[in-house]
Amino acid sequence: MMKKQSSSKKMNPGVYFLINYSVPIIFTILVAFAIPLSKLSANYFVTEIMIRLSRNSFLILALLIPVMAGMGMNFGIVLGAMAGEIGLIFITDWQIVGMPGFLLAILISTPLAIIFGYFAGIVLNRAKGREMVTGFMVSFFMNGIYQLIVLYGMGNIIPILNPSILLPRGYGIRNAISLIGIRQVLDKLIPLKIGGILIPVATFLVITTLCVFIAWFRKTKLGQNMRTVGQDNEVARISGINVERTRILSIVISTVLACYGQIIFLQNIGTMNTYNSHEQVGVFAIAALLVGGASVAKANIPHVFIGVILFHTMFVVSPRAGKELMGQAQLGEYFRVFVSYGVIAFSLALYAWRKRVEKENERKKIMGYRKSILVK
Amino acid sequence: MKEKIKSIINSVGLPRIIIFFFLISLFVLAPFVGVSLDTSLNDVIVRFGMNGLLVLSLMPMVKAGCGLNFGLQLGIIAGLLGALTSIEMEIVGFAGFFTAVGVAIFFAVILGFLYGTLLNKIKGDEMVVATYVGFSSISFMCIMWLILPFKSPNMIWAYGGSGLRTTINTQGYWFHVLTDFLKINIGNHITFPTGTILFFALLTFLVWAFFRTKIGSAIIAAGSNPAYAKSCGVSVNKMRIVSVILSTVIAAIGIIVYQESFGFIQLYTAPLYMAFPAIAALLLGGASTEKASIKNVIIGVFLFQGILTMTPSVINNIIQSDMSETIRIIVSNGMIVYALTRRIERAR
Repeated sequence: MMKKQSSSKKMNPGVYFLINYSVPIIFTILVAFAIPLSKLSANYFVTEIMIRLSRNSFLILALLIPVMAGMGMNFGIVLGAMAGEIGLIFITDWQIVGMPGFLLAILISTPLAIIFGYFAGIVLNRAKGREMVTGFMVSFFMNGIYQLIVLYGMGNIIPILNPSILLPRGYGIRNAISLIGIRQVLDKLIPLKIGGILIPVATFLVITTLCVFIAWFRKTKLGQNMRTVGQDNEVARISGINVERTRILSIVISTVLACYGQIIFLQNIGTMNTYNSHEQVGVFAIAALLVGGASVAKANIPHVFIGVILFHTMFVVSPRAGKELMGQAQLGEYFRVFVSYGVIAFSLALYAWRKRVEKENERKKIMGYRKSILVK
Repeated sequence: MKEKIKSIINSVGLPRIIIFFFLISLFVLAPFVGVSLDTSLNDVIVRFGMNGLLVLSLMPMVKAGCGLNFGLQLGIIAGLLGALTSIEMEIVGFAGFFTAVGVAIFFAVILGFLYGTLLNKIKGDEMVVATYVGFSSISFMCIMWLILPFKSPNMIWAYGGSGLRTTINTQGYWFHVLTDFLKINIGNHITFPTGTILFFALLTFLVWAFFRTKIGSAIIAAGSNPAYAKSCGVSVNKMRIVSVILSTVIAAIGIIVYQESFGFIQLYTAPLYMAFPAIAALLLGGASTEKASIKNVIIGVFLFQGILTMTPSVINNIIQSDMSETIRIIVSNGMIVYALTRRIERAR
C-alpha cells in the first residue's frame, strides 16, 4: 500500500525538490559530462535518440497504470513482452509478412497477454505491500514457463510448420529469429525523411495515441477507482470499489500494453533473441521511467519522455565515453548496466526511506496532539 | 480424514509436497533408466557442502525480521575480494584458504554494516531494495574487476590484457583443501567430503550457539516483535545491523567454500543471480519470509540440490533432452513466489 506523498512540514521546499528529483538531476549532470567525452556527431546523436524514443516509449508508458493503482513499478511487464514474442514466433513460422503479419502478431498475443496479466494480478493481490519484489519473481518464474513452452513445447506439442526456425534437434525455437518480414513495417508505414534522417511517423502516432488514451483513462470511472485504490485500499473498499478486481485490471492493461510495446520494439530492431529479448525489458523500462523523475507512487507521461531521452543518451554515450576515458569500451558497457540497476536501487531506497520518515512524522504529530489534549 | 490431509497440506505447503514427491520419484526411477544411485548421491553430498553455507547465511537476517536476503551478493563480493587477495599473495593450502576467509570477513563486516544501515532506513521494503542493491553492486564490481590493481599472472588476462579473468582457477592454491581433508571413500563412486561437511557443521553450530546467547535472543526478539523488544530495552536497529553483518560474513565464507569445492572463482556477472537458488533452497526447507531455522537450512539444501542433481540425469535419460536448467528456474523462482504470497494469507 503506497500512500500519497505529502511534503513534510519541516523540509525546506528547495531541499525537498532536490531530494525529489535527485535522480534526474544527477543524471543530467552525468550526461552533460559524458556527451562531450564521447565525441559523437550531433547528427548521429539526434538520430539515435529519436530511434530510441520510438522504440522504447510504448513499453515505458505501459508502466504508468499500475503506478496509478498503487502497485508500484510493474516488473511483470516482462510477461507482456513474452506474450508478444510468442505472437512473433507464430507469424514468422507462418511467414506472414508486412503489416498483416504485424497485426496478426498483435491479435495472437493479446489473449496471451491478458491471461498472463490476469495470473500476475492474482499473484500480486496475494502479496499486497510487496508487489514489486513479487512481480519481479513472477517474471523470473514465467521465464521458466516460457522456456518450457518455446524451447521444449514448440515443434513437439505445438506444431511449427517452418523447420528453419527450429533448433537442429527438431524441436524448440532457435536462439535468434530474424523478423525481416515485419522489420520496421510500422516505422516506415508513413515515410518521411528530413535531412536524410528517417522519421518513424506512424510509430510516434501510435505512441501519441497511447498518451491520449492514458490521459483519458485517468478521467474514466475505472481510472478514478484505480487512483482511489492507489491512495488507500480501505477507503476504496468502503466506497464500494472492488479493490482486488481493480488491481488485477490495472496489471492486465499494463501487460497487454507491454506486449504491444515489445512487438513495436522488436519490429524496429528486426531480430529477436528468443530467450533473452524480454529478460531486461522490465529493468530498462523501469530505470528509464525513474530517471525521468517518476517515483514508485507517482509517474506521468512527461516522466516517460524525459526518462527515455536522459537514460538512452547515457546508453548511447557511455561505451564511447568509457573508451575515450579509459581506453576500454567494455568499461562503458558495465557502467551502463551498473547505472540501470543503481538508479532503480537508489530510487526505491529513497522512496522507501521517505515513506518511513513521513510515517514517523505522522505518528509524532498524533502523539503530540494527544499530549496537548492531555495537558489541557 | 479429509480435513486432516488438508491441514497437513496447509502447514507443509503444497509446493513442498509436490517437490518432495517429485524427488522421491526421481530416486525411484533412477535405477530403471540407467542412472547409478551412488554417483547421484555423491553429487548431492558434494553440492550440499558447496552450497550449505550460502543458504545458512540467509538465516540470521530472516530471524531479525529483515526478510529474505536478496542482497546476498554483497557477501559474495566480500568473499571474492578475500579469495583474490589470497591468490594475489600466493598463499597456498590451508593457509591460503584461511587468509581468504580472513580478508573476506574484514570486507564483509564493512559491507554488512553499510548494508544493514541502509536496510534500517527502509524498513518494510527490504526485499525489493536489497535485490537491486545486490544487482547494482555486482555490476559495480564488474567495473572494479577491470581496474583493480591485481598483478598475479594467474588472474589477469594473458597477452597484455588488463583486468581480471572471468574465471580464475583455484587449482594450485587452495583447491579442495577442505574437500580432501579426512575424505572417506565409500565404494567406487562415493567420496565423502568430510572437511567441507565438518566446516559446514562447525559454522552451523556456531550460528546455533550464537542464537542462544544474549545478543542472539535479542535479535530474535527484535525480529518477531520489534515493539516488544524496544520496550525491553533492546535496540532493534542495532540488532538488525548485527544480523545483517552476520549474514554477510557467512555468505562471504560460503562463496569461498563454494569456490574451493568447485575449483573456480567466477567474477563479473556470474554471481548476479546467486541469491535466488539459495533463497529457494531455504524456502524449500520449510522457511518463510519471517521464520527460518537450521533445520530448514539442512532439509532445504538437501531437497534443492537433490532436485538439481537428479533432474538432469534422470529426465535426460527418459526424454533425451536437457530440461534441467528450465526446471531449476521454475522450481526455484516458483518457490520464492509462493513464499512471497504466503504471509498475507495468514494475516487475513
